[in-house]
Formats: sequence, structure tokens, C-alpha cells
Amino acid sequence: MNACLEINNLSAVLPNGQRVLRSVSLSVQPGEVRALVGESGAGKTMIGKAVLGVLPSSVRIVEGDMKLEGEDLGKLQPKARRTLIGARTALIPQDPLTALNPSRRIGPQMTDRLVRILGWGGEKADTRIRQLLDEVQIRDPDRVLKSYPHELSGGMRQRVLIAAAFAAEPRLIVADEPTTALDVTVQKQILRLIAALQREHGTAILFVTHDLGVVAKISQKVSVLYAGKVVEEADTVALFAAPQHPYTRALMAATPRYTDPFASLKPVDEAVLAGLAAEIAAADQAWRRPHG
Amino acid sequence: MDKASRRGLSPRLWLAGGWLLLALLAAIFAPLVAPQDPLAQDLMLERLPPFWLNGAEPGYWLGTDSLGRDLLSRLIFGGRIAFMVAFAAAIAACLVGSTLGLIAGYFGGWADRIISRIVDIWMAFPPVLFAILLVAVLGTGLSSVILAIAIIDWTRFCRVIRAEAMGQSRMDYVENARIAGYGRIGIMLREVLPNVVPSIVALLSLEMGIAVIVEAILSFVNLSISTDDPTWGGLIAEGRLSIHQAWWVLVFPLITLILTVLSFSQFGEALKTRFDPVLR
Repeated sequence: MNACLEINNLSAVLPNGQRVLRSVSLSVQPGEVRALVGESGAGKTMIGKAVLGVLPSSVRIVEGDMKLEGEDLGKLQPKARRTLIGARTALIPQDPLTALNPSRRIGPQMTDRLVRILGWGGEKADTRIRQLLDEVQIRDPDRVLKSYPHELSGGMRQRVLIAAAFAAEPRLIVADEPTTALDVTVQKQILRLIAALQREHGTAILFVTHDLGVVAKISQKVSVLYAGKVVEEADTVALFAAPQHPYTRALMAATPRYTDPFASLKPVDEAVLAGLAAEIAAADQAWRRPHG
Repeated sequence: MDKASRRGLSPRLWLAGGWLLLALLAAIFAPLVAPQDPLAQDLMLERLPPFWLNGAEPGYWLGTDSLGRDLLSRLIFGGRIAFMVAFAAAIAACLVGSTLGLIAGYFGGWADRIISRIVDIWMAFPPVLFAILLVAVLGTGLSSVILAIAIIDWTRFCRVIRAEAMGQSRMDYVENARIAGYGRIGIMLREVLPNVVPSIVALLSLEMGIAVIVEAILSFVNLSISTDDPTWGGLIAEGRLSIHQAWWVLVFPLITLILTVLSFSQFGEALKTRFDPVLR
């Protein structure tokens, strides 16, 4: 059976030649949640964007391949690639405000996409959207569908976006820090919703986050990223039980604990950072930029 | 913000819209509402003052000029040309400028570089001189005036809409639409365009005001339409000559021009708020 998503040895560079992704390999099995964890700037979001085919134009993939359900994305024509990505993937974005078009009502925004992706009629799409809104516990779909994005709260908007992401039954959802822009009280509800819908629909999720607490709650597999390099990869349970890489251990130590709220925050240790820098430098030394 | 102004029913919208409607209706039905024939000369009635001064004649509300022509009627008929130029030139400039601006802002890259350079070069010309030059080349007449204004002022739309489209294109909803498999042109029209419409509307109204002024300037230097038809700029030019004997011949056209231009810009601002779902 094909992996839902398989990334092999993926490297991407900026125009100045600096690598932002350093030979990244990872896979997401069908129905599995893989967390991508790391500090900001570690390239987590970049991987998500690469999969969805929306990398910024300055970033160029120079090596490696990505397979979506066995189809090599790099070997497809741009148009076929767009269609495939559109049909099989969806995004739950970080900022639920800018991810909705401010000048269009929620209803048409959501149905349009279903009509586009699945070729459904408007009525069928509408029924489906209402069903999904119910699943994300929106109790007054009529009002929500008629609203403009700014008329809804942040949590509501994120529910709408989650519903929209699951509506077309994608095989893979990229969730890009979906709880970061939300209130702490809402974060938990949203996380639960994503987990519940994920189980029910059996959708694989590539879950980008910097929050190890979230990782523990939602994922089965974890990849720890530093400077665009996967430094550790493991089952979530195994990772939390016995982190192998010093960086992972430092990250875990840096997570504030509720049990000891007055303890000072611990940054990642200097020695660990020095070790990481050496590791990255060694990897870059060994890496030869492929021609073409 | 109170409820009335949120709905866009602000005094600003009422006053500006009211004046524009009045002036527009008067211009459309000019033959019916004008008290006199705007071209009829009568030297017995030269330089009659407006109605509240001594020596005014009934039926000549705003007085007459040095040839005895009724000022109010001339203003009303002049409005026909002013509005025709305003609508035609502004819409033409808007279509060209907004389209290019949208393309430059959304597609970026080479399209943006080429369009932006053209705009820069275009804007290096002093606009009024450019207009006079264009009309001199195209020949006088209503359509040349409209064409000249459109040719000069499309850059105004292009620059603003480019900047707005650029900002919108970076929004996540555009990215989301790309992921869903929409094509670039589809996204530009479906997702980006609706978000720049409020600005287009405001600019369009503003541009109508500007077109009225440019037309007045061209008439003032006798480069607008060549016939004897009265125009606001032409009236101002005539009034200037007799300012010491009959100030009203200058003042009333000036007031009309100022009110109209001001109303267009205020109306545009008010409409923008009304069209924008976030501000509404």
C-alpha cells in the first residue's frame, strides 16, 4: 500500500544558495497524523507549502521528490499537479481571518470549492457543507453561511475552515499551526475537533506546530526539525518516553510546566545549539548541489 | 459609528449625492428646465444682475453675460458636456487603469515591471500640458477631450489598484484558492477583484470630479469643443473678462464647478465605505 505522502531527500534553496530544506525525508501513512515540530524558521511551514505546491517563488526545490498517494508530484505537468493537489489535499491555515476572503460570504466561498473540486451541483454541495458545519458543532449554519468572515469570531472562522478542509474528503490535510492564532480557551476545542474529524474521516494529517503539548495530544508520529533538517523522527509515544536527540530533549525541557508556574523559562542549551550548528555544517559540507 | 452612517446614509452622502443628482437631472432635461435659450443673445438685456439685486429681470435668475445670454441656462447646458465628459472619460480611464493595475499587482514579476515602468514614464508628463498637447494633436471636440482625459488619467487607477491587488494577493485565501486548484486568472477575478472594488468605486467618483476640472481647463484655454455650446470652463473664461462689470458671470460657474468636483470626491468616499463589507 502506498504511503499517503512520501517526501524523499527534499532540498530547497533561496536565491542566495542557502538551503532552507536540508534533504528532508518523511512519510505520512493513510489515516495517520504526523507532527512536524520545531522552532519558528525551522522550515515546518515550508514543507507544508512544498507539498501543497504553493512555495514562494523565491524558494526553489533543487533535489528530492514528493509522492502523493504514489504519484510523483515533480513528474506531473503543472496543470495535472494542481488538479491532483486540489482533489487530494486541503489546508487548515494558521490565521483564520486572512484565509477567508473578506468580501465574500462564507456560504458561496465554501460551496464554490466543492463545486470546483468534486464537480457537484450547488445544492449537493450546500447539503454537504451543512453536514460538515454540524460536525464542527456550528449550531446556526444559516447565519454562518450568510455571514462575512469579519462577522464571525476567530474560533468560529477556524471551525468554518476546518469544515471546508474536510468537506471535499481529501486524503491529506496540512494543518499549519491551526491553533496558534486563537485564544488559549478556544485552542483546546479546536484541537479536539480536528482530532475527532480526523478519526471519523480517516484523513491523514501533516500537523505543523511548535507546541509539544499539541504534538502529544494529536499525533502518532513526530518529525523534529531544526534549520530545515529532520533531526529526529519517531513514534510520538516513543519520542516522549525516550527522546534520542539532545535538541529534542532540550525542547522538552524548555516547555513550561503547569505544575511549577514560577520556574523560569529554560532556553535551549548553548552546547546543544553548538552541536546542532556542527551537525548542519557537516550535512552542508557533504551535500553537493545537484546540477540543473 | 452610529447606525445611519454605517449604512452609508451619512449627511456627506446625502449632500454630495443630492447635488450630483440635481445637477445631473438638470443637465439631462436641460431643454425642459432651462428658463431661456442658452445661445439667445439680446443686447438690451446685457449684464443683468442675479435676481436679488436691483435691476434684475424675472426669468433671468442668475443674471446675463455681456451678450445678454442667460447665465443659469448656460450653466445647465454646460452641465451636459461636463457630465458627459465626466462619465465617459472616468469609465474609460477606470477600465484601462484597473485592468492593468490588477494584472500588475496580482501577477507581479515581468508584468508588474513593464506596467509599472509605463506608469512611471506616463506620470512624468505634467498632466495639464499633456492634455493640451493631446487635444492639439487629436483635434478639438467632445470625443478628443474624453480620449485625452482617459489617456492621461488611467495611471491614477493603475497605481492604486496595483498596490491593493498586491496586498490582497499575499493573503492566505488566495493561497487557499491555489491549493484548491483554481487558475491564476480565475483567482484574480473571483478572489482579488471583489476586494478592490471599493477602491475602484471611490477612485471612479474622484476621477469624474477630476475629469470635470480637466474639461473646464481645456474649455478655459479654448481647446475643448469648438462650437458655441456653453461649457463651465468656457463660462469661467468669459466671466474673467467682465469681472469688474459683472462678477456673477465668473462666480456662479466657479461655485457650480467647485460643488460638483467636491461632491464627486465626497460621494466616492462615502460609497467606498458602503461597498466595503468590513467597514460597513
